Amino acid sequence: MDNIIEVRHLSKWFGSNEILKDINFNVKKGEVVCIIGASGSGKSTLLRCINLLEKPSGGEIFYRGKNILSDKHDLQEYRTKMGMVFQQFNLFNNHNVLGNCTVGQIKVLGRKKEEAVETAMKYLKVVGMDQYINAKPSQLSGGQKQRVAIARALSMEPDVMLFDEPTSALDPEMVGEVLNVMKDLAKSGLTMLVVTHEMGFAAEVADRVVFMDKGVIAEEGTAREIFNNPKQERTREFLKRIIGN
Amino acid sequence: MILIERFGVTIMTWKWFFKVIVDYWPMFLRGAGVTLLISIIGTVLGFAIGLIIGVIRTIPLSDNMVKRVILKIVNAILTVYVEVFRGTPMIVQAMVIYYGSLMLFNIDMDRMFAGVFIVSINTGAYMAEIVRGGIISIDKGQFEAAHAIGMNHIQTMLYVVLPQVIRNILPATGNEFVINIKDTSVLNVISVTELFFQTSSITGNVFRFFEPFLVACIIYLIMTLTVTRLLRWLEKKIDGPEHFNVIPGNQMQVARPEDLAKKAGQ
Repeated sequence: MDNIIEVRHLSKWFGSNEILKDINFNVKKGEVVCIIGASGSGKSTLLRCINLLEKPSGGEIFYRGKNILSDKHDLQEYRTKMGMVFQQFNLFNNHNVLGNCTVGQIKVLGRKKEEAVETAMKYLKVVGMDQYINAKPSQLSGGQKQRVAIARALSMEPDVMLFDEPTSALDPEMVGEVLNVMKDLAKSGLTMLVVTHEMGFAAEVADRVVFMDKGVIAEEGTAREIFNNPKQERTREFLKRIIGN
Repeated sequence: MILIERFGVTIMTWKWFFKVIVDYWPMFLRGAGVTLLISIIGTVLGFAIGLIIGVIRTIPLSDNMVKRVILKIVNAILTVYVEVFRGTPMIVQAMVIYYGSLMLFNIDMDRMFAGVFIVSINTGAYMAEIVRGGIISIDKGQFEAAHAIGMNHIQTMLYVVLPQVIRNILPATGNEFVINIKDTSVLNVISVTELFFQTSSITGNVFRFFEPFLVACIIYLIMTLTVTRLLRWLEKKIDGPEHFNVIPGNQMQVARPEDLAKKAGQ
């Protein structure tokens, strides 16, 4: 199987704090990987390093065998291949729903307007937001915003979708609608890397679960291995804390 | 006795007030026109200068040493520009630039051009700071989302950040516009024929000061009030409608009796 992303000896320092220590892991094409762990364990930072919103302090990241940290690499082009969904949605406030999903296609990918609208509508249907194309972000609920954000990322037709705690800022009753969309995407064979606190979601859709603790990957394995039979004591403790209450 | 005298003065004043308007309205109008022209062009150009400087000053420092040094030098020059033009009175700048360009570079500037030039760069210095503040106030997530879909700094600015900044700084821009309408009056020191200059000329003809300047006062007020109203309208227009229309999908197209009746009626 091809590794679409390979992370080698990745480290990240914020000042004198070492957030990531010697991280090694791979994502294969079509795989759904969930990253779990306590707050401050470095899981969001790892995700943000992968599309270079944070600049790694050391190590290498390979995308389809090419080192994206080398000077010669085209950062903008690489980022169009990595769809990113943020905890805080970050929809463009100056665009309506349709504009959010087309501006990147038109300005970055150079698509024609009709093509961009067609693509955007396709993915807005996938997330069930095609009826709201005229709405501005401020007029939507949190769950609706996040679904539009997912459609915006999908409209760029990326190779990998990165989700940074996509349901953490949502009211409890809206978590379900976003998770359902993500489950559908996972089943469609999209390569996904999801940082999440939703253990039920991870158990259901993840091909592989990565547990991070204090800046290192403490344990990784299939969802069943991690949730039913964790080998590490700290994984067990974490899961007990999360699932116990 | 005094009362009658006062009354007489009042009548005299109104008589002159209307006489000045009737006799000299073309001069007032031309003056007001020049004032408006200089302040409109000056505000628009200043706004553009401010936007460009704002974008340059928020470019993230590159890792490339050469680019880094160039950016630092450009930023230093821009800082000097902003500080100098914010820190000196426009009336003095007008003198220095107009007479200075003639003495030092032997450039005989057209007075009108000099007026527009001075107002523009002066407004630009203020707008640069207003724009910078506007850019800083935009949520970091907007930049990250734009970068995450592959936009570079310029694209992020053009398609995501600046449209929001422009909306947010419109009230401050309106302020600058009003200030410009009033402050073009200082350009009379280099004989730009704006409203104050024209009014001064009229006083020389009629040997009265109060009435012509009362007229000028009213004209200034009409111009500033109009501009503030126009900008308020523009703000509302940019904000767009308060509500949005849900586009009904196929599953919702259930024909109701009243709809059918409407259709039949058409």
